[in-house]
Amino acid sequence: MSNTTIRNAAIATAVASALAAYAAPVAAQENEKCYGVSLAGENDCAAGPGTTCAGTSTVDYQGNAWTLVPAGTCMDIELPAQADGTPRMGSLKELERDLPA
Amino acid sequence: MTQGRFVEALLDPKQPVPPGILMPDGTPASRRFNVYRNNVIVSLIDALGDGFPVVRKLVGDAFFRAMARGFAVTNLPSTPLIFRYGDRFPTYIDNYPTSGMVPYLGDVARLEWAHREALHAADAQPCSMDRISDCRDNLLSSLRFEFLPSVRIVQSDFPVLTIWQVNSDSTPSSDRIRMEREDVLLGRPEMDVAMRRLRPGEYCFLEPLLAGETLGTAAERAAKIDGFDLVATLTGLFESRLIHDIRLDGDVK
Amino acid sequence: MDGLTGDSGRIPPRPGVGYKPQHHDDLTRWDHDVAWLEIHAENFMGDGGPAIARLKSLRERFPVSCHGVGLSIGAEGPLDPDHLKRLQILVDWLQPGLFSEHLAWSTHDSGYLNDLLPLPYNSATVRRVAEHIDQVQSTLNRQMLLENPSNYVRFSETTMSECDFLKEVVSRTGCGLLLDVNNVFVSATNQHFETLEFIDDFPLQYVGEIHLGGHEADTDEVGDLLLIDSHSRPVIDPVWALFENVISRCGPLPSLIEWDNDVPDWPVLAAEADRAGRILTSARINSPVRTGLAPESALT
Repeated sequence: MSNTTIRNAAIATAVASALAAYAAPVAAQENEKCYGVSLAGENDCAAGPGTTCAGTSTVDYQGNAWTLVPAGTCMDIELPAQADGTPRMGSLKELERDLPA
Repeated sequence: MTQGRFVEALLDPKQPVPPGILMPDGTPASRRFNVYRNNVIVSLIDALGDGFPVVRKLVGDAFFRAMARGFAVTNLPSTPLIFRYGDRFPTYIDNYPTSGMVPYLGDVARLEWAHREALHAADAQPCSMDRISDCRDNLLSSLRFEFLPSVRIVQSDFPVLTIWQVNSDSTPSSDRIRMEREDVLLGRPEMDVAMRRLRPGEYCFLEPLLAGETLGTAAERAAKIDGFDLVATLTGLFESRLIHDIRLDGDVK
Repeated sequence: MDGLTGDSGRIPPRPGVGYKPQHHDDLTRWDHDVAWLEIHAENFMGDGGPAIARLKSLRERFPVSCHGVGLSIGAEGPLDPDHLKRLQILVDWLQPGLFSEHLAWSTHDSGYLNDLLPLPYNSATVRRVAEHIDQVQSTLNRQMLLENPSNYVRFSETTMSECDFLKEVVSRTGCGLLLDVNNVFVSATNQHFETLEFIDDFPLQYVGEIHLGGHEADTDEVGDLLLIDSHSRPVIDPVWALFENVISRCGPLPSLIEWDNDVPDWPVLAAEADRAGRILTSARINSPVRTGLAPESALT
């Protein structure tokens, strides 16, 4: 038997098994309420912030990024500091850790 | 004063306000021009925050806004469609100086982007798998699948789907995250985006299949991966309702 | 048309609200006075998905007005043909009762700036804006309304008043106008002019729709009050008074409550619409209803 024949036979067997095993899914009921409301970012025609400083700050955030530290839920998966004392936030190198409650 | 000049000053607060932009009494404006500087930058930061809510939650608002601001001034939206803004943000995050402290952040952003693309993709009907039963055995390896337009796959060395789920769910979770790779399949059979973690080898299987390769080629590539189970993979695929059409080689589209 | 049912979709001279997805379920109950909805065109230019599906179902229950925010009619460069095409596709299936855009610009070579940026008013800009409006109206094969902006600065290059600019655009293109009463109040405060004098000069006979919204107060470089058109608060009493004045002159018009930031729960928004509705109703009793726009569209 050629390799192609072996491959075809293996795939045929797998497809047959999968067809036998799979449960024909039922289409979900169309239900307006089930779809998520949040559509992640929309166009508006309003101004927002007035003269707050976000657009006028001359701080180079990229260059000064080291002064900022991530402080969200990733803090809750913080790892012990490295040997030299540098914090290693959420680098997930260890196998398990507690998740935020 | 040209609009190009206006935009340059708008995006670079170190530049002076362009001449000819005035207060009501005719003297040059400064703080009033800043209203536009702020509106542009803040609205884009807000749009990124709305579009990448899990990334924002992971690093906190202050860090997120600084990072998003750096992205926005160098990466304006290429179209007026805000829901399509941020395709380059995951790569920007990868290269952001301190995001090395949160090494999975770029992958979480990639997952959020894929989710958003799936949400706005064209609607299409999943097809029945009955056609496969009619196919002769020796032709099965030449099958090609046309997936729904919303289908995406995301590959990660980190438990990116678990991180996403834990940070999207309003219900507190006390589960523990296991540090292992998670590849994700996304698609929208109806109106909700479904996300499923892939088993070993399934990414290697789906990648060529999504690119239009045959079932035989995809199976051969994935067979090299430890733990790949073709039957389980096919069963999951048939149940996924993410396939729009099935074609044999030579079928005319 | 995409099987949309109901009436012609004409926008009635009654209160409407800017559509927010979080109000979807409240909207579909019938215990409110909201007679029509306005959408931001750009939010419904995707290929598919829940946003569009919901809009299609709402369109069967409400007349919908389409308000563009990204066409950049005041831009120096040409209109983006891809964006115009997207708008055409949306207008084709939605069949909105009205289509409106802003007297502003928002795109440049570097990209989309996501804000309504100002332009000087002079013969060069009036020509450019009129050309762009001609292009929009002939592409969509319908009349559009142009909205007066909120102004924070003025330009040394400005040689004509905003009202004269709008009159000139209307006469060149046959477009109608969207009068944002809050923008008049914001601009008047920021530019130190009287709102009623502005309304006296405004070509009210071409107004096809009114916008009402809230603003925030800030200060400028010399400590003067500077109002920001934030759509984040209730409409203030002086703006309601100005609205009543406009309606007493024009008769009832489609009148929209815009609330885009810090969007409140439905009852708060519905109460704003009710207030607009009461003003429109009393005007209906006191004066004949004006139907449609005064100007004959050049396109019909």
